[in-house]
Amino acid sequence: MSDVQVSQGSRKIVIDPVTRVEGHGKVTIRLNEAGEVEQARFHIVEFRGFERFIQGRMYWEVPVIVQRLCGICPVSHHLCAAKAMDVIAGVDQVTPTAEKMRRLMHYGQVLQSNAVNFFHLASPDLLLGFEAPVAQRNIIGVIEAFPEVGKWAIFIRKFGQQVIAATGGRRIHPRLCIPGGVNQNLAVEHRDALRKDIDQITQWCRDALELHKSFVRSHEKLHETFASFPSSYMSLVGTEGQMDLYDGSLRAIDAGGKPIFEGVQPAQYRDYLIEEVRPWSYMKFPHIRSMGREDGWYRVGPLAQLNCCAFIDTPIAEAARKDFMALGDGGLVHATLAYHWARLICMIHCAETIKNLLHDDDLQGTDLVVTGERRPEGVAIIEAPRGTLLHHYVVDDNGQVTAANLIVSTTNNNEAMNRSVTKVAVDDLTGHEITEGLLNHIEVAIRAYDPCLSCATHALGDMPLIVTLEDADGAIIASRVKQ
Amino acid sequence: MNNPGTTPSHQPRILVLGYGNPGRQDDGLGPAAVAEIENLGWPNLTAFDNYQLNIEDAMEVAAHDVVWFVDAAKTGPSPYAVHNVSPAASIEFTSHLVRPEAILAIASQYYGASPQAFVLAIRGYEFEFIEALTAGAIDNLHAALAMLTERLRAAHDPAVT
Repeated sequence: MSDVQVSQGSRKIVIDPVTRVEGHGKVTIRLNEAGEVEQARFHIVEFRGFERFIQGRMYWEVPVIVQRLCGICPVSHHLCAAKAMDVIAGVDQVTPTAEKMRRLMHYGQVLQSNAVNFFHLASPDLLLGFEAPVAQRNIIGVIEAFPEVGKWAIFIRKFGQQVIAATGGRRIHPRLCIPGGVNQNLAVEHRDALRKDIDQITQWCRDALELHKSFVRSHEKLHETFASFPSSYMSLVGTEGQMDLYDGSLRAIDAGGKPIFEGVQPAQYRDYLIEEVRPWSYMKFPHIRSMGREDGWYRVGPLAQLNCCAFIDTPIAEAARKDFMALGDGGLVHATLAYHWARLICMIHCAETIKNLLHDDDLQGTDLVVTGERRPEGVAIIEAPRGTLLHHYVVDDNGQVTAANLIVSTTNNNEAMNRSVTKVAVDDLTGHEITEGLLNHIEVAIRAYDPCLSCATHALGDMPLIVTLEDADGAIIASRVKQ
Repeated sequence: MNNPGTTPSHQPRILVLGYGNPGRQDDGLGPAAVAEIENLGWPNLTAFDNYQLNIEDAMEVAAHDVVWFVDAAKTGPSPYAVHNVSPAASIEFTSHLVRPEAILAIASQYYGASPQAFVLAIRGYEFEFIEALTAGAIDNLHAALAMLTERLRAAHDPAVT
């Protein structure tokens, strides 16, 4: 619900937020002289600064500190920082127990985070319909219409949290990793408890996928075209080209599926990627160096993970991947709404991988840490739930961090989110009114990427999502606040 | 008056859920409040903190009779404000935003639980990348804790009031 105030003299429409909100999103739509949509930009107002906050910290404490970057995916930052600090600790390969403990934690994290996105954020749009009344289009409306979905939402999320707690000692602020390894193995009682539930979790993920596919079948055109466009993609892949969310090398492909680069190791990232700073955004704009600023942007996240990998090494997810890729008729899948389908396949893959790990005795190994000769710099990459996440640190002789550079998934998707919002604006904006429908569709497009409010505050009084319409001179024509 | 350490089982189950980012100065007011409340050590009192609310918090909320959501406030009265909060479902543009009302709605819809719920909004002033509360926020925290402890004690042992 929004409250609109109109000032006719200045053609300025202002809607003031009146309820408690925590958001940091702002969309500006700029018209050209002809009154057509020229561009749209999605801003997240609090982003920079954390890198400076890390400076001066001891390198071994960074994996714990960086969990504050994200309230949804603290584990992704914990693991990525730990991998970077392995490099600084002079460790190129941790022990099998350490790697598998980290993988187990990571796949539990991706499972639960993707579950939150799909069930809590996306399913109201997808299962109830974009045009369903706002009062009903939420998780409660979904639970009323599809009671089993509420069960899946809560228990898949809970299972992922249990994996995190079992590996990291606690559900919130887990502390598994130290440079060069981990500080515990998996207790047998935790393993056995998780084994009891994993088949049910896998089945619920499959059920959710089938439910989602029923939506796609009944909305094929919408699914294909909404906020969509061809793009390049980037993700980690394993040594054989398989989906690997924890480790591997970077692969980027163009919109036709041809490789732009492959086999790029984390330490090489600056040879292939450039981070551009633009004055109007708190977020950086990374792009592929060889393609330049205009053409080098790309997408990351579940859709990229599916498009970039050659196969998935777990059978149920691989079958689902083949089914999914058929949407592209032999090419890539570019539909923005396909992020959700891809996300569900990733959830199945996570559940299958967790099951495999729970039957691997290495998780009860006792060789936990490797040491090496310290190095001054470390870079690591991981596939977080929302896509490729990079941590880069430089430390001095005392082990204190002197420089840090983080490229988070949402930053990688920055240009893509702008283009999705632009597509929606072009398709839906008529006249100078920001309608409830336009606001709603903008949100649907943004939800596909589920932008991370990294290192944001969550205090009462923060602003919600604001959409502003500007004329060719930048004067505000209208704005609307999501309440 | 009962000894808080040996409370009978009929006493209400109380949850204090503080949230915010301690690395962002006064945004850490919620977790700071929880750290103090935990020290009460009452068997019918659960307190935990997180960076933000998450949907599975509904399970914890549903398992309690009285719930306090403790958050920092960028605006509003000092030293704090308290208001009742009721279930209300919503959908945001990112999963990184979950409101107390949404948590209560899930607790109600899925678990059939309707705890008495309050938001304690402790006024903060600075939200930069610094890991410490400002002096003003600390003062507000103390005032809020004095009130909250009294309210919890009253709920914990109605004979006190």
